[in-house]
Amino acid sequence: MCTVCGCGTASVEGHGHRHDHGHHHDHPHDHNHSHAHDHHHHHHGDDMHFGQGPAGVEVPGMSQERLIEIETDILAKNDRYAEVNRAALSALGSFAINLVSSPGSGKTTLLCKTIEMLGDQPLAVIEGDQQTANDAERIRATGAKAVQVNTGKGCHLDGHMVGHAMEHLALGQNAMLFIENVGNLVCPAGFDLGEDCKVAVISVTEGEDKPLKYPDMFTVSEIALLNKVDLAPYCDVDLDLYEANLRRVNPGIEILRISAKTGEGMETWVQWLRDRLAAKPAAAPVAQG
Amino acid sequence: MHEMSLCEGIRSVIEDAAVKNKFSGVKTVRVEIGKFAGVEKPALEFAFEVVMRGSVAEGAILEMIDLPGAAMCYDCMKQVEIESRLDLCPTCGGGKLMPIGGDEMRIKDLEVL
Repeated sequence: MCTVCGCGTASVEGHGHRHDHGHHHDHPHDHNHSHAHDHHHHHHGDDMHFGQGPAGVEVPGMSQERLIEIETDILAKNDRYAEVNRAALSALGSFAINLVSSPGSGKTTLLCKTIEMLGDQPLAVIEGDQQTANDAERIRATGAKAVQVNTGKGCHLDGHMVGHAMEHLALGQNAMLFIENVGNLVCPAGFDLGEDCKVAVISVTEGEDKPLKYPDMFTVSEIALLNKVDLAPYCDVDLDLYEANLRRVNPGIEILRISAKTGEGMETWVQWLRDRLAAKPAAAPVAQG
Repeated sequence: MHEMSLCEGIRSVIEDAAVKNKFSGVKTVRVEIGKFAGVEKPALEFAFEVVMRGSVAEGAILEMIDLPGAAMCYDCMKQVEIESRLDLCPTCGGGKLMPIGGDEMRIKDLEVL
């Protein structure tokens, strides 16, 4: 049961559940003010016709066309779900990352290896894909708790889906939550899930110019994991150029060269995760934004 | 990106506003779109027309207001206006620009009936 939207079931393991919610939150400034449009009562000879305006009725004192100020972000609804997720994570003192990449960059293999190396660190995984529960099964094979979210036709996870998945996982205190987003270098950049940070995974086989071609994703990510570096000698790739292009779209981005397969750079990555979790205030009784 | 999802967001905001402000039709929807919002305007226009069908905003005109892109130059530490994410700093020619504005996607106002 969703505590935010009140809907019944969550979208897990192939039950594509996309529903519209009929709850209405107040928006910060929707106040309407009548504008100086002309009133729609028209004179034809001696006859006066009211109610011929577009709305078909005449309301005394009000023009039929009004301007309503909305001043609301288009993704305001998503952002509210994301904030609820973020507050739930803060209350637990738990740390969440949103793994974003193109399909096939090696996110799931990276996660399996990371989980193995983290040992007894409490953690859970949310797997996002359009179809199949393959990835969640791979994660569960490591002994970790995982829930698969199938987005159906959707190209990204959103705050609402993640909120449901978090309820399923019943995340503990001081845990790590890994959210593996749908493989897509475009849309997931715009959707806050409530995570602490986005982590971009990019593999050497994809080409050095990917950060320039898809800048949004690398601009919103705090760290980029340059994966499959063991393949670099076979695919004519210039790793320094890869890094330069990443910094071109995000001068502040941290970059780690890793290979989930050989283990190269993985110690540094796992330590990065441990440090970030340690830096997060421990579980507090009151939720913090 | 995801212009369809954005239009669903717009529709849901309009439907909330319709209940609150009691209007039965929308003539114009004005949105502000930043340069770096990742929104393809023709795609948004197309999706808008489709998604608004059957809602109070069916047939409404979508007006898009462009907002400029702003960035902080990590070389000269000045705030500058840029046209594209890959632009060099117009002040010092440096290439380390961190976008700090221009990712807005907001519904500004509605002209309603």
